[in-house]
Amino acid sequence: MAENNADMLHKEYWDLNYVSGPLVFLENGERFPTGAILDVHLTNGELRQGQILEATSTHAVLQILQGTRGIDVKGTSVSLKAEGARVACSEDVIGRRFNGTGQPIDGLPPVVPDKELDINGSAINPVSRDAPNDFIETGISAIDGFNTLVRGQKLPIFLGSGLPANEIANLIVQNSGTKGDDRPFVVVFAAMGITARETQYFLNAFEEGGKGSQVVAFINQADDPAIERIFTPRCALTVAEYLAFEKGYQVLVVLTDLTNYCDALRQVSSAREEIPGRRGYPGYMYTDLSTIYERAGRIRGNPGSVTQIPMLTMPDDDITHPIPDLTGYITEGQIVLSRPLHRQGIFPPVDLLPCLSRLMNNGIGEGKTQDWHREWSNQLYAAYAEGQRIKKLMAIVGEDALTPLDKKYLKFCNEFERKMIGQGFDRRDIEDTFRIGWELMGYLPKSELTRIKASVVDQYYKSAEDLAAEADGIEAKIENA
Amino acid sequence: MAVAETQQTGKLVRIAGPMIEADGMHGVQMGEILRVGKLGLMGEVIRIEGEKIFAQVFESTEGMYLGEAVEATGAPLSAELGPGLLAGTFDGIQRPLKTLQESSGDFIGRGITAVALDRNKQWAYTPVAQIGQQVVGGDTLGTVPETKVIEHKILVPPGVSGTIASIKAAGDYTVEEVIATLEDGTELKMYHKSPVKISRPVHKFLPPTEPFLTRQRVLDMLFPIAKGGSAIIPGGFGAGKTVVEQSMSKYSNAQIIVYVGCGERGNEMAEVLTEFPELVDPNTGESLMNRTILVVNTSNMPVAARDASVYTGMTLAEYYRDQGYDVALMADSTSRWAEALREISSRLEEMPGEEGYPTYLSERIAAFYERCGNAILCGSDATGDNPRKGSLTAVGAVSPPGGDFSEPVTQTSMQVSGALWALDSALAYRRHYPSLNWNKSYSLYFEGLKGWFDENAPAGWNDRRQQAATLLQRENELMDIVQLVGPDALQDAERLILEVARMIREIFLQQSAFSDNDAACQLDKCFGLLESILIYGEECEKVLAKEIPLTRITDLPLREQIARLKEEPNDGFTAVKDKVIENFKQALGALEAN
Repeated sequence: MAENNADMLHKEYWDLNYVSGPLVFLENGERFPTGAILDVHLTNGELRQGQILEATSTHAVLQILQGTRGIDVKGTSVSLKAEGARVACSEDVIGRRFNGTGQPIDGLPPVVPDKELDINGSAINPVSRDAPNDFIETGISAIDGFNTLVRGQKLPIFLGSGLPANEIANLIVQNSGTKGDDRPFVVVFAAMGITARETQYFLNAFEEGGKGSQVVAFINQADDPAIERIFTPRCALTVAEYLAFEKGYQVLVVLTDLTNYCDALRQVSSAREEIPGRRGYPGYMYTDLSTIYERAGRIRGNPGSVTQIPMLTMPDDDITHPIPDLTGYITEGQIVLSRPLHRQGIFPPVDLLPCLSRLMNNGIGEGKTQDWHREWSNQLYAAYAEGQRIKKLMAIVGEDALTPLDKKYLKFCNEFERKMIGQGFDRRDIEDTFRIGWELMGYLPKSELTRIKASVVDQYYKSAEDLAAEADGIEAKIENA
Repeated sequence: MAVAETQQTGKLVRIAGPMIEADGMHGVQMGEILRVGKLGLMGEVIRIEGEKIFAQVFESTEGMYLGEAVEATGAPLSAELGPGLLAGTFDGIQRPLKTLQESSGDFIGRGITAVALDRNKQWAYTPVAQIGQQVVGGDTLGTVPETKVIEHKILVPPGVSGTIASIKAAGDYTVEEVIATLEDGTELKMYHKSPVKISRPVHKFLPPTEPFLTRQRVLDMLFPIAKGGSAIIPGGFGAGKTVVEQSMSKYSNAQIIVYVGCGERGNEMAEVLTEFPELVDPNTGESLMNRTILVVNTSNMPVAARDASVYTGMTLAEYYRDQGYDVALMADSTSRWAEALREISSRLEEMPGEEGYPTYLSERIAAFYERCGNAILCGSDATGDNPRKGSLTAVGAVSPPGGDFSEPVTQTSMQVSGALWALDSALAYRRHYPSLNWNKSYSLYFEGLKGWFDENAPAGWNDRRQQAATLLQRENELMDIVQLVGPDALQDAERLILEVARMIREIFLQQSAFSDNDAACQLDKCFGLLESILIYGEECEKVLAKEIPLTRITDLPLREQIARLKEEPNDGFTAVKDKVIENFKQALGALEAN
C-alpha cells in the first residue's frame, strides 16, 4: 500500500506469471498503483520500463515499453520506479532531442528539471479557456484564405502515403510565430514511428529554416519500440503546456504520424483481449485521442498558447477510416491532401472541398484580414464545388453538352487549381491570396457572385475580359515606352 | 424478516480505467453514489454481485491503490435545483466550473467537491403561498428574480404534500434557509435535490401543437418541430452540427436553453462562453446567458461523467419546465454519451450488441428522448380549468462514424425522435449551410402544426411549403436525367424547374450563421423569401408560354436581386420584398417574343 512507498522503492518482486505481446501479468495486484512506472530487471541484466494498466486483487497488467522479447517469468523482476509517468520540464529542453519517453538521445546530459510533470496532464477547465482568435499567416493560400489557422487551434493534416505532407508541415512551422510577433516561439516536434529519413527531413528543414534552436524533439522512430509511441505525444504535450502556460511561449506542436500511434494503441488493446471496435481499434480510441488533441488552446490571462498540427496517414486514402474519422470529430477542422492534384504536379496538393477550419471565423474579419474574408471564401468554395461537379458531368456527357455558364465554371475550376491552390513553394501573403481570388472570380459572371455583399463585389470585381484588356493596355504602354 | 446489516464501507479490489470493483459492501443500491479511494472520487454503482459492487468513476482513477476505501453515500446521482442555475456553467456531475477554477486553477484537479448552488448568495424571495394552504408537489411557494429575464418559481418538490404551517415573509434569503414548513414538520428550502436518472413527474402530456421556431429557414419551413418534440441532427464531422445547435440556442423561441456539451471540444465551449454573454436575446433584449445553462464535459474530461452530463442537463431542463417555461435542451453530442456507455459496458465484460454497443443502448436513448414533451404540470391546479403548462424540447446531435447513418446510435435515435435533420458532408463541402439534406430529412410534427401555421404564419404558408418541396423533388428527378444525357437534352420548362430549384437551394435554404441580417430569420422573411422565388418561377412560366426562350429570361439581372433580399433585415422585409416582386414582374412582363 501507499504508506510503504519508501520501502517499496527499489524493492524487487519476482511476480511475473504470464507474458503476451507487449504485456506482462504480475500475480500480485496490490503492490503498485495503476499508472505506476516499474523498472523491469531482465535476467541478462538489461533494464526496461513498464506501466501498470490495470490492477485487480489477483493480478496486475504491466505494459512493457521496450517489448517483451527476452523476458521470462522466473528470473525477471520488477520494482517501482515512479508512481506515474513523468517528464522533466525546464526551459533548457529547447534545442534538445529526446526519445519517445523523454530520455535524452542527443548525447548531452539529462535536463535538470524545473518541474517533473505527469505526462497525462489534466483537462483545461473550459471556463479558463480563452477563445483562440490570433490569425497565423502560414503563407499557404489554401490555408490562409480558406481554412485559416489560429493560435490555440488543433488543425490536423490528413495525408495519403506518398503525398508531400511533411513539406506542408514544414512551411507552417517556418511561417508561424514570425511577422510582427516578438513573443517567444518554440516548436515541439513529436515523431511516432516515422522513418529515420523523415526524422532527418524535419530536423534538417527546421535547421535550414533557422528554427533549429527553437525545436524540442521527441523521437520514436519506426524501429523503436511501438509501445513507447503511446508515451511520445504525451511527453511532448506536457513539455508544450509547460512552456506555453508557465513560461509564456507560443508553442507549435507537430505530431506525426498519429496512425502509428493508433496502431500501437490497437496492439495493446488486442493483447489485453478487449472487445475490438471498428477495424480492430479499441472502442475508447475517441477518448484516448481526445486526451491528446484537446491539449491545445489558450488560457485566459496567460500569454502562452499551444497550437497543434497533428499529421496522420489515411490508410488507402480513406477519410472514413476510424483514425481520420475520430480525429476529425475532435480537432477543429482538417487539411486534406489530394492524390489527383499531386499527380498533376500541383503543390501544395490540398483537396480544398473536405478541408475545414472551425475556428476560421475567430481569426479573420475586420482588423485581422478583411471584413469580407468569410464571404469571399464561401463564394470561391461554392464556385469551386460547382466547377468540380461540372467536371464530373463533363466526363459523362462531354463538353459540348454543357451550357455556356457551365463552361465558365469549368474554366474557373481549372484556373483555381492552377493559380490559387498550386502556388508552389513560395510563401504567399494574404493580400496576394485575396487578389488572386478576385482575379479568378473574373471568369464568372458578376451575377453569380451572390454570396458576397453587392457593395464589395462592385468594388473588387473585374471580369476576365476587363482584366485581359487592362493587361494588354499595360503591355502596350510598356512597349510604347 | 431479518434485514442484513448494511455495510457502507468496502475496499477496492480492481481498477480498470473508469471502472472499479469494491468488495465488502452490503445493502448498496444500483445507481448509488460512492466516494472512492483517498481522494473521495465520485462513482456510481452499476452492478452488484453479492458483496462485490462495480462502479463507474466520474474522475480519473490513475494512481489509486487496491485496498483503498470505498464509501457509499446512500443517495443516487442527484442534481441540485434552485435559483442560481441560470447563466451557470457546470461539469457533468453539476460542479460549477468557476468553483473548480478557484480551487484547482486552470486545469481541473481531482477529488474536488463543490456544490452546484452558491450557499452564501442571498435571493430576493417573495412568497406566493399562504399559511393554511394545501400544497402538493409542483405548487409554487414563492418567486425569486433569478436573472433579469427569468422569474424563478420556488416549487414544492415532487412527492411532497401537506398544509403550510409557516412561510417566510418577503426578503433576502440564502438557498439553505427554510422558507416554509408543512404541518407534518417538513421543512422546505429554496432548493431541493432530484435524482437525475428518473424523470420528474408531470400531470399529463399533451399533443404538441405549437412550433419550436429555430429561426433557420430550412427547419422552420420544411422540417418544423413542435415545442415538446425532439429532433436529432446526425452528420459527419464538419457538417455543421454544432453551428446549428448553437444557432438554435441563440435565436429559437424557447425561454430557457440548457446546452449540454458532451464529449466535445473545449475550444468550442470557450467560444460559447465568450460569445453568449455578449449576445442579446432578441426576445428580451438581455444577455443570452440570462436564459442559458451550460453543462460541459469536454472530450478529455472523464468518460463516465459524459453519461452523467446528459442526465444532469435533462433534469435541469425538466425543472424549468416544471416552473412553466418552454425549455430547449441541446445535447452535443449524444454519440459520445453512447460511446461512454460502450466503454463501461466493455469493462464490465457484458455481451456486446451491434458494433460493441451494449444491448440496452436503445432503451437508454429512448428513455432519454421520452422525457421531452408538452405537458400539464403537477400541482393543485392541474385538474382545474386553467392548469399551468410547460414544454421541454430536445435536440440531440449524433456523430455517426464515417458519416454512415446505418450505425446503431443514429438508427436507435431515429426511432424515438420525432424529426430527423440529416446533415450532409457533400453540402458542407460546397459551403451550403445549414448542410441539411432535404431528401433525407423529415419531421413527424408537421401535420400537427399545420393549424398553428394557418393561424399565425403569413397566409399561404402551408401551400408554399408544399410547392417548394415538390420543386426540390422534381429537381432531383431531372438531375438524374442530366447526369445521363447532359443539360442540353432538357426542354426550357424543365430547365426552368432546375433554375427555380437552384434558387430555392441557394437563396432560401442556405443561411449564413455569421451574417448579422441572415443568422436569424423570422417567419415573415422566411415566407417572403420563398414566396418571391416561387412567384418568380410562376412569372417565368408565363413568359415561356409566349415562346420566349429561357436564356432571354436568365440574361436579365433578376435572380441576383432576389438573392440580395437575404441581406435585408427582418424588420420591414415585406415592403422591400414586395418591391422586388413588383420589379421582376414588370421586367418579365415586358419581354416580348421577337
